[in-house]
Amino acid sequence: MKTDDLVALLSTNLEPVDRNAVVRTLCVAIAAVAIAAIGIAFAGLGFRPDLTTTRALIFLAVKVAFAIGVTGLSLAYLTRLARPSGERKILPLLVAAPFLVIVVLAAISLGSAPRAHWERMIMGDEWLECLLSIPIIAIVPFAVSIWAVRKGAPTNLSRAGAFAGLIAGGVSAMAYALHCTDDSLPFIAVWYGGTIVLCTLAGAALGPRLLRW
Amino acid sequence: MTTLEIELKALMLASLDGDAASHHSLLDQLSRRLRAYYKAKLAAIGRGTSEAEDLVQEAVLAIHLKRHTYDRGEPLTPWVHAIARYKLIDFLRRNRASLADVPIDAADEVMADDDHTGAESTYDIRRLMGRLPKGMQCAIEAVKLDGLSVAEAAKRCGLSESGVKVNIHRGLKTLAALIARETRT
Repeated sequence: MKTDDLVALLSTNLEPVDRNAVVRTLCVAIAAVAIAAIGIAFAGLGFRPDLTTTRALIFLAVKVAFAIGVTGLSLAYLTRLARPSGERKILPLLVAAPFLVIVVLAAISLGSAPRAHWERMIMGDEWLECLLSIPIIAIVPFAVSIWAVRKGAPTNLSRAGAFAGLIAGGVSAMAYALHCTDDSLPFIAVWYGGTIVLCTLAGAALGPRLLRW
Repeated sequence: MTTLEIELKALMLASLDGDAASHHSLLDQLSRRLRAYYKAKLAAIGRGTSEAEDLVQEAVLAIHLKRHTYDRGEPLTPWVHAIARYKLIDFLRRNRASLADVPIDAADEVMADDDHTGAESTYDIRRLMGRLPKGMQCAIEAVKLDGLSVAEAAKRCGLSESGVKVNIHRGLKTLAALIARETRT
């Protein structure tokens, strides 16, 4: 086939293009997935029974703020990474900011507590449940984020995959926070932060395979 | 910014708003630049330039299908370059060539030269179209090859108007995938 013929074919009866398609697809996908993740957490684990007490609400707020910080930053990056050459314009390390904040808060909290309490503060009651739940709840959000990124045209597939994993981990951590009764900053830093990093690494590994176009 | 960038970006913005003449002119000019780019790249890594035209057409199709990912606030050259380079690396991976040989290039390389030899690719689009589902085939033929309006095509293919549009978009995507498979050597 002649290239001129292909160009003519593609230009015949051209349709205008939606100018916000990339951003809209991603935002709608993440909003839908956040609701779905909360539903999965509620159906699978149930919300914590003491949800209305002040102490529970304060820690819920910390966990959710951390998760939303991670999700929001990675969503902003993903709208760039879903475009060709979009990776040129971002500083991926900025996304480490929420992690840094929570680690610093955890260190302060450990520093002001007696050493004998450290193990209990870090391991909590349900570290294993947290370690398993966040990645499992993240599966559906990850699949939907990958679908949304595929609607665009990523050219750095491992990085786009990593951010899809990060956003899935963030959304999942937010949903899991409604169930989790381990209220200590070191627990959040280690088990929330750690599992979100795991989701990110999984996304980076799967990106090149899942995002090819 | 070069005058070429300014000129092509203006064409791109008009084509995103649905101006067919601008789209035609844009794809025409980009295909010449891409031809020169791919010929140089393939020659530099010791491969024949006969596959360059397949790559040009893959990239032109990708630019068309992915035009919604262009951010109007950004320059056009890096966007085109990222697609061109992505398709080059994808092509070499499909053909099991060593990727270590592909040198890093600057974005403006993709616009550096103009090559307008009326070349043909190795595949036959009519034959590939035969492998599409009926609805896609009919919609593309009616609107893209015979130049009918969407309403007329809807009547001919027995689809709704939005059905015709969806079938054209999906059909072109499928064609692009078929071409990619076809050009695996």
